[in-house]
Amino acid sequence: MRLTLLASSLFTVALCAQSVPEITFDSAPNLLKLPDRTYLGEVPGVATNSKGHIFVYTRSGVPYATMGGSRTFTHGGSRLFEFDQTGKYVREIGQGIYGFLFAQVVRIDPEDNIWIVDRGSSLVIKFAPDGRVAMLMGRKPEAINVGGGGGRGGEGGGRGRGGPAALPGAGTPGDLFNQPADVAWDSSGNIFVADGYGNARIAKFDKNGMFMKTWGSKGTESGQFDIPDSIATDAQGNVYVADRGNKRIQVFDNDGNFKNQISNVGAPWAICISPGAHQYLYSSNSNEVNNLDNGEIYKLELDGRVAGKFGRAGKVMKEFGSVNEIDCRRANELYVSEIGNWRVQKLSLRQ
Amino acid sequence: MALLLFGALPYFAQTATLTPAQTRAKAKAQNVPEIPYEAVPNFLKLPPNVYLGEGIGVATNSKGHVFVYTRSEDTRLFEFDQKGNYIREIGEGLYGFAFAHAVRVDSEDNIWAVDEGTNMVIKFNPEGRVVMVLGHRPESVFGIPITPGFGAPPPAAEPYTFNRPTDVAWDPSGNIFVSDGYGNSRVVKYDKNGRYIASIGTKGSEQGQFNLPHTMAADAKGNIYVGDRSNARIQVFDDDLKPKAIYDQVGAPWAVCVTPGPHQYLYSSNSSPDNNNSEIMAVTGEVYKMELDGTILGKFGKPGKQVGQFSTIHELDCRSENELMTAEITAWRAQKIILHPKPQGANGK
Repeated sequence: MRLTLLASSLFTVALCAQSVPEITFDSAPNLLKLPDRTYLGEVPGVATNSKGHIFVYTRSGVPYATMGGSRTFTHGGSRLFEFDQTGKYVREIGQGIYGFLFAQVVRIDPEDNIWIVDRGSSLVIKFAPDGRVAMLMGRKPEAINVGGGGGRGGEGGGRGRGGPAALPGAGTPGDLFNQPADVAWDSSGNIFVADGYGNARIAKFDKNGMFMKTWGSKGTESGQFDIPDSIATDAQGNVYVADRGNKRIQVFDNDGNFKNQISNVGAPWAICISPGAHQYLYSSNSNEVNNLDNGEIYKLELDGRVAGKFGRAGKVMKEFGSVNEIDCRRANELYVSEIGNWRVQKLSLRQ
Repeated sequence: MALLLFGALPYFAQTATLTPAQTRAKAKAQNVPEIPYEAVPNFLKLPPNVYLGEGIGVATNSKGHVFVYTRSEDTRLFEFDQKGNYIREIGEGLYGFAFAHAVRVDSEDNIWAVDEGTNMVIKFNPEGRVVMVLGHRPESVFGIPITPGFGAPPPAAEPYTFNRPTDVAWDPSGNIFVSDGYGNSRVVKYDKNGRYIASIGTKGSEQGQFNLPHTMAADAKGNIYVGDRSNARIQVFDDDLKPKAIYDQVGAPWAVCVTPGPHQYLYSSNSSPDNNNSEIMAVTGEVYKMELDGTILGKFGKPGKQVGQFSTIHELDCRSENELMTAEITAWRAQKIILHPKPQGANGK
């Protein structure tokens, strides 16, 4: 099945690549200055705040399990670092925290709060700008099963307990996530969580974290998802969901009503929408970790017209290794975080 | 400094009759001349509260600095200077470190660690920063990985995914070769930027097949020498991974290395077993020195726990022809070994 998907994605990209203009770009060398004895591991998450500070959520350190009397408990494995706008190290946030297991993304909201999404603990954690936990969404599973943990991509119906049987991946009406993937906010501060790898739904909460609604289940129809992996909103409050396994970006209005889909940009692993009067949508057709196929990033108008693309999968500078998050707070100055290459690149697009 | 000479001592007693297990383990080569050698006692000076665990990997750089990759409480990578003084730790707490297997230093002094626990090959620049990774650690979000039952076939090999890789080597163009390994049975070639080019090997005993490709080295022409350990042979491939030759006279090659310079030599360790089985130890534990064409020039060493004896050599460094480093599993150490070969032409080849 994976091979079939791969073949069809190559075909799709080959078809649409011909007419898409190439955007030239540079990558800043030696961007992040890490202190001694501090290393990045896989870097799934990068974001900047209003001052240009760079936040990096990395699968670093050594994840480990300890044996209780009858259950196995998981610890560690991810760290959150802050750098200033020149790449100078500022601090670590959340050192030793209960929820940092398997990093997924970090996002910064308009008030410079720092939000992380962790796939291992199934948590969305909001840190205030001073680095203190301000709000918690979800709950970390108490223990893991030895001999294989949670299922891959949307198996089963989430962890719904009680109530009527839900559609597969629909989850529970609340903030119990199953390997969540991303978080976004509209201009009112409402919170949207892409949930995710275990479930296949979008959950909407008000700015205080109170549940409002959920939509989606595992599938290929409009409004269904196969790994909703990344999420972004535009100034009108429309919600863009990177439906990675279905190789499309689905666009919903603020209440989750399906509007349209964008399906000519490969498998979207990471999307972002730039601010300002003329907003752009970026989307990365990232390579799987066991190949170096694809990897290009698209720049699109919000209506889905492709303005250009740049980059390819690889390991040297200006190549990408499984880009998992894009920060586009500044439209032509992007930060990309790479799972495959254990790094962050700062890209200057020259158009 | 006390110098211990072992070359003059009688080698293990030649027993008239070998057990079947001994017959399988003993190198076929006969009447190989002994190379006199000594070991430097207490060569590596560790700081207080720092300990080596199983000595798994050892390598030197162009300045003679020594890198030791060890299975300690965590897997750790240490650097010492050419006198054995401790310099620093590299990659402390690294996501890619779980179960050490080999460390090698390339021609530009980049340090490469091969970790059999995380299925990764990690390239550090000389400053000790990660500059490239090959392979990827299984995702912890899926819980503790399911271990296939003994004898179960491994999942199909993929270009960028390893299954317990063992070693890394480079040809003169910088192309990267990875022996992979315990789970897969192949050697993979990448270009210097880490892009997949080719691979060879499945599990088996035909030429071009492997039964635990455990160690690997390249010569100046880009030929690759693969220690096909459980097949008890070294397989030689050209730079395009085309099979060229098999050397099967030197026992089970746990560790191989190729010296630099105009006249290159191949060393291979027929290491004593890591289960300390005394029956097998009696007929193993020696290191062979060979021409690149497989001609055996000499051998040295025997199993044991004392300085100058070998406790399951797991990696050999031979940047200098007559000053070797060994890393040993069952003695938790790395030794510096100085060979005193007889004058050229007296080796009886």
